[in-house]
Amino acid sequence: MALSAIEIYQHLPKTNCGDCGVPTCLAFAMKLAQKQASLDECPHIGEEAAAALDSAAAPPMATITIGDSSKALKLGGETVLFRHEERFHHPCGIAIEVSSDLPADEVTAKAKEINELEYERVGDMYGVDLVAVRDAGNGSFGEAARVAAEAGDLPLILMSDDPSAMGAALEAVGSGKPLIYAATAGNIQEMAALAKEHSCPLAIRAEGLEELASLSGQALEAGVEDLVLDAGAREAGQVLQNETAIRRAALNKKVRELGFPTIAFPVGDSVVEKSLQACNCIAKYAGIVVVDFTDAVGILPMLTTRLNIYTDPQRPPQVPPGVHEIGEPGPDSPVLCTTNFSLTYYIVEGDVSASKVPVWVVVVDTEGTSVLTAWAAEDFTAETIAAAIESSGIEEKVNHKNIVIPGGVAVLSGKTEEESGWNVIVGPRESSGIPSFFRQQGFS
Amino acid sequence: MSFEMPVETWPAAVSTVTLGATAEQGGTRTSTVTVGGEATLPFLNFEQETPNRPVIAMEVFDEQPSEWPAPLEAAYSDVWGDPAQWAQKCVEEYGADLICLRLASADPEATNASPDEVADHVRAVLEAVGVPLIIWGCGDYDKDNEIMPVCSQAAAGERCLLGSAVEDNYKTISACALADKHVIINEAPLDINIQKQVTILVTDMGVDPSDIILYQTTGALGYGVEYAFSIMERTRLAALGGDAMLGMPMLAVVGAEAWRSKEARLSDEAGAEFGWGPQEPRSILWEAATATIFLHGGCDILTMWHPEAVALVRRTIDELMA
Repeated sequence: MALSAIEIYQHLPKTNCGDCGVPTCLAFAMKLAQKQASLDECPHIGEEAAAALDSAAAPPMATITIGDSSKALKLGGETVLFRHEERFHHPCGIAIEVSSDLPADEVTAKAKEINELEYERVGDMYGVDLVAVRDAGNGSFGEAARVAAEAGDLPLILMSDDPSAMGAALEAVGSGKPLIYAATAGNIQEMAALAKEHSCPLAIRAEGLEELASLSGQALEAGVEDLVLDAGAREAGQVLQNETAIRRAALNKKVRELGFPTIAFPVGDSVVEKSLQACNCIAKYAGIVVVDFTDAVGILPMLTTRLNIYTDPQRPPQVPPGVHEIGEPGPDSPVLCTTNFSLTYYIVEGDVSASKVPVWVVVVDTEGTSVLTAWAAEDFTAETIAAAIESSGIEEKVNHKNIVIPGGVAVLSGKTEEESGWNVIVGPRESSGIPSFFRQQGFS
Repeated sequence: MSFEMPVETWPAAVSTVTLGATAEQGGTRTSTVTVGGEATLPFLNFEQETPNRPVIAMEVFDEQPSEWPAPLEAAYSDVWGDPAQWAQKCVEEYGADLICLRLASADPEATNASPDEVADHVRAVLEAVGVPLIIWGCGDYDKDNEIMPVCSQAAAGERCLLGSAVEDNYKTISACALADKHVIINEAPLDINIQKQVTILVTDMGVDPSDIILYQTTGALGYGVEYAFSIMERTRLAALGGDAMLGMPMLAVVGAEAWRSKEARLSDEAGAEFGWGPQEPRSILWEAATATIFLHGGCDILTMWHPEAVALVRRTIDELMA
């Protein structure tokens, strides 16, 4: 959070000497607050005041990077507690675990599988972000880390509480800026030294928030600036409270030791239970979630929860303009048109699916607004509908020239017929009327 | 360093609403359900205990639903021709906190059952189970204005939750709630200002603010869940900040929305095409995950469909309350 001019002014010499080029200290503070001046323009500022202002001006939650490939993952940097206040900036990283007690070829196979997990949603591909290699304590952690690193571009989390095993694994993977998990009360000095030596981010695991803040402070003192926090709890209720406390402490109280992204380990008796708890964590502040399964059934809701929670509320989600198919439409199938606001499109898609009538939908680019909003803003007009019909290529897909427009814009029907040369049928006002509309029109 | 919990103080709390009335209270319910009363954000027990846990209403349709996906058919096909048996199964086998009876048979586009016929369905369900009831119309305003007074009267004194009052159609249902001592659902289309407006309209009719539950049309995971989630968060923050017109418990329609999604509807074979895994766990988890997000938004009543999704969400509520 930026400092106000008055807060900055408290730290200035208050001599109004004018050596900075501004007549008074208060005026200089106002320029600083607006970022029109920099602190070193004041020759008289003391070291202590400069440090205080620097740390106060720093973002309340650090942004850290795991990995150094094209798949490097940025985390943290969050500025709000609620997505409607602004947006969440860096989507929660999803990690899948591989245990080092698997034979090397199985570690490779699993790491490859994790690297290749990908699902399509509205034209985009989504996958997981990290491969977490867990030290099973059988002496092959370094080897497992090495083959997992070689299996793909996803960055790694190296998981061991044993500094010598961690050191060996860091040597084995060479570079790649993996996340070290974890420094604990028992090994913080050794782990911090490893993080510094290898320039890697360091995760801290503690028993509770107080110990977490204390260990984090020790890591910062040791010169490790890229941290990830784990307050130790695994039960959903305590995890939620810890996550909330950490986010509030960082943003509202400027507790530097807690101004870092978090890592969570969902627990449960089955893939379904673990996935559900992962969704809990993603909905409320987790920076990384680590799970131990690759099943689509469990991964898909996690990817989707993340996608939804991290969308920018100021920029409406959109579907690509053009022709969309619902069911398997043929040349006789009806042609509908609507806007490219995702919600609008999904509602239409749901109601059309319920009707069991396969259709073509011409989606008009209205910059993600709904039918009536787009109509009012003149983004959904006879002209834009006609242009969308033309550019979509729908004419080659069907043997008729009938298009159904939303009932809410019935007023556009005459003009749209003129502009497009298509016969316009006015559909229902509400999408929920589509199934009965189709019945009345005799579509099946 | 010493660490201080970042506790926040909130000037107001959510209203507390009890659904259902026992014999002593003028009804025939054997149990009641109390929701609301939160004085902090969901499950932040370090700040304030959560006074009443969120509850799950299982939905029962008063006629056999058409084209339900296989996992729902497997759960309900033995009872879905009879709303009383269906409700009984939900309560006795699946532990429903309350039953949400959907008067789908009244829909003029479907069976178009008469007000007396649907009122018989209400009576049958009231007799079959002892838990409180949500009674929700068919969604056709004119028809709902015909059936709701008759159904409301059939359940007079039971303190049912009646759905729903909307900006363009709130008078009849408000009058029902007043006349027969029920609670009503105020519905808005993902719009916080319209939600307030409906509350103002309904309270102007004389409905007590403690007899109101708020409902914003919901979207499923992957289909706009974040809109409903953020609206819930904003509503709850406004409530805790002292906005009395938004200070009521909230309801989300989870089952109906989640089961419209492709992720829930696609069969094993169709889902395999996308690499999505088998339908049963996929659809159940989709419903449960949608519900769980709303729990974090501050939702107090979830209406749900699949018994296993209900069980999963109940366990999540247990964990979050702990």
